[in-house]
Amino acid sequence: MTSNGLLSVENLHLYFRTLKGPVQAVDGVSLTLQRGRTVVVVGESGCGKTSLGRAILRLLPRNVHTYTGKVWLNGLDVMTLSEEQFRKQVRWIRIALVPQAAMNSLNPVLRVGDQVAEPLIIHGRAHTSEEARKSAAEVFRHVGVPIDFLDRYPFELSGGMRQRVALAMALITQPDLIILDEPTSALDVLTQANIMNVLKTIKRELGMSFFLITHDIATSSELADDAAVMYAGQVVETSRAGQFFKEPLHPYSRLLMASVPTLHDDKALGFIPGQPPSLINPPTGCRFADRCPARFHKCSEEPPLFTVDSDRLVKCWLYA
Amino acid sequence: MNATTSDGALLSVRGLHTCFELRRWGFIRVGHVRALDGVSFELGRGEAVAIVGESGSGKSTLAKTILGLHLPTKGEIFFDGRTVRGQEDLQWYRSHVGYVQQDPYGALPPFMNVQRILEEPLLINGVTPKERRLYRINKVLDEVKLTPVDDFLPRFPHMLSGGQQQRLVVARAMILEPQLIVADEPVSMLDASVRVEILQLLRGLQARHNLSLIYITHDLSTVRYFCERVFVMYGGKIIEQARVGQLIDSPRHPYTQALLAAIPDPDPANATRIRPVPAGEPPSLLHPPSGCRFHPRCPAFMKGICEVEVPPDFEPSSGHMVACYLYDPSIEQMRRGVSRA
Repeated sequence: MTSNGLLSVENLHLYFRTLKGPVQAVDGVSLTLQRGRTVVVVGESGCGKTSLGRAILRLLPRNVHTYTGKVWLNGLDVMTLSEEQFRKQVRWIRIALVPQAAMNSLNPVLRVGDQVAEPLIIHGRAHTSEEARKSAAEVFRHVGVPIDFLDRYPFELSGGMRQRVALAMALITQPDLIILDEPTSALDVLTQANIMNVLKTIKRELGMSFFLITHDIATSSELADDAAVMYAGQVVETSRAGQFFKEPLHPYSRLLMASVPTLHDDKALGFIPGQPPSLINPPTGCRFADRCPARFHKCSEEPPLFTVDSDRLVKCWLYA
Repeated sequence: MNATTSDGALLSVRGLHTCFELRRWGFIRVGHVRALDGVSFELGRGEAVAIVGESGSGKSTLAKTILGLHLPTKGEIFFDGRTVRGQEDLQWYRSHVGYVQQDPYGALPPFMNVQRILEEPLLINGVTPKERRLYRINKVLDEVKLTPVDDFLPRFPHMLSGGQQQRLVVARAMILEPQLIVADEPVSMLDASVRVEILQLLRGLQARHNLSLIYITHDLSTVRYFCERVFVMYGGKIIEQARVGQLIDSPRHPYTQALLAAIPDPDPANATRIRPVPAGEPPSLLHPPSGCRFHPRCPAFMKGICEVEVPPDFEPSSGHMVACYLYDPSIEQMRRGVSRA
């Protein structure tokens, strides 16, 4: 199957080798993303959302145990590409990444303008440094960094500005898709709102597609067109954002939504008792069953993804 | 001098300044970072207040100064009717104040097990015999719901989940039966699903033991579930203080208004609108702007007033203090006159 979407992930598995056995960080994940849209992946820490982003971009550590599945990008299964082909054709050319704590991932001894221009030179998109610099100035304008910051070092920039520079670095090769891994989690409220405004503008002006990985549900609603909820290495629910934020389906998504404090409603906050299961030997049935208030006998078997309302998918027996 | 504090106040802070000296090559004085610039407030017994601000607003410095970890450059701290000064005062004072740190994993010594971590403060404060210490440890672990207690006693911090680690930090803060707890961003490192649990735990302890609580956070949305009063800090000063409902429903200071407008609720409609955010960055504390610290970014900036003098506190409605000239009655009159002419 080739999907009509920009990115389509099918049955992706990523296991890591450890002394205690394989850790099933990403376990059979399928997702589709249409061009110009944003999908948010939400989940608690340790649910495999960062691993999913890294698996799509094939940025893997050395202790990979299993790495299988299909990743379709514009109708091409990029999993069949060799490492060198992938580096030349996909990574940072078609898909770019703004890593977690991106503001601390800048090289402290290089001027930010040179860092931002580096992918162009490495991929042979710019032949002279003059040309690369011009492109860097162009993306700086998009992300709202003053042009005279090109010659500054990262330590001279505030956190919000560094985050914008990291975003500029992802934008410079004009990729089809940018993976944002917790783009605002270490920032102040005002800076966070600012970065979200920048992302919205880029989405509108350049038609950029985003794959947003976050644990912050309230902030994720700022950018989301589609939402996917991950729990213990699996996607347990996918919906359009409009439906998801109003009425999540999976018991886990509901509890997660109930734990988000809101400024103006006077709702009682809830929390989810217990802890997520270990990903080394996860339970055989539904992985959320132990913490689920709606558990019943069926839950000892693994639920498939059920379709609800024609375009929502939920991995829960309640919707059988 | 031993000024008496007003009735019922457990902690009273007067004109607190904390400066850090900046030096080059270790001896040339370059300047002062004025992290706290004249902070005064009173905290009643059994009262929970939140201190809200962005990074660099001085909220953590305030916490650490209150805890006695930084010595104030100027100003005084009264606790329980006594001035806190000098080393002896400090030891007495610290045994009555608990500290809940931001990052639980960083705050717990990795080579000590739970029992040892909790026993340490008791040993330092000379609680004997051992039975009494063990009784206290059991009781406090039970209170933070790390049960069964015997399972947890021999564990090391890395064997606990993030939420459990933070409970242990709360237990350690509670072990000496303090009267005041200072919680510095106690949930910012935790997952959304665990946050509420820790906040409810702290709230429960506070109510049960009639503790006073200072909750320091950058996240205004958790404050309403937790505190009676809120202080908003900006550039080393408290710029607005009010009851939680007052502040959220009718924020007065332009900065507080911007801060509240920037906080999203989970709502799909967010994706279609651009939020208004004041331009610029938080002020440098080395060379703070003249007058009101917020004036370079302020949408309601009044030339000739705001950049000239530091605004004092005005009280536009009872119990609601705001340091902004917009609420100065005389200036308000003047503006009305101008608009009429």
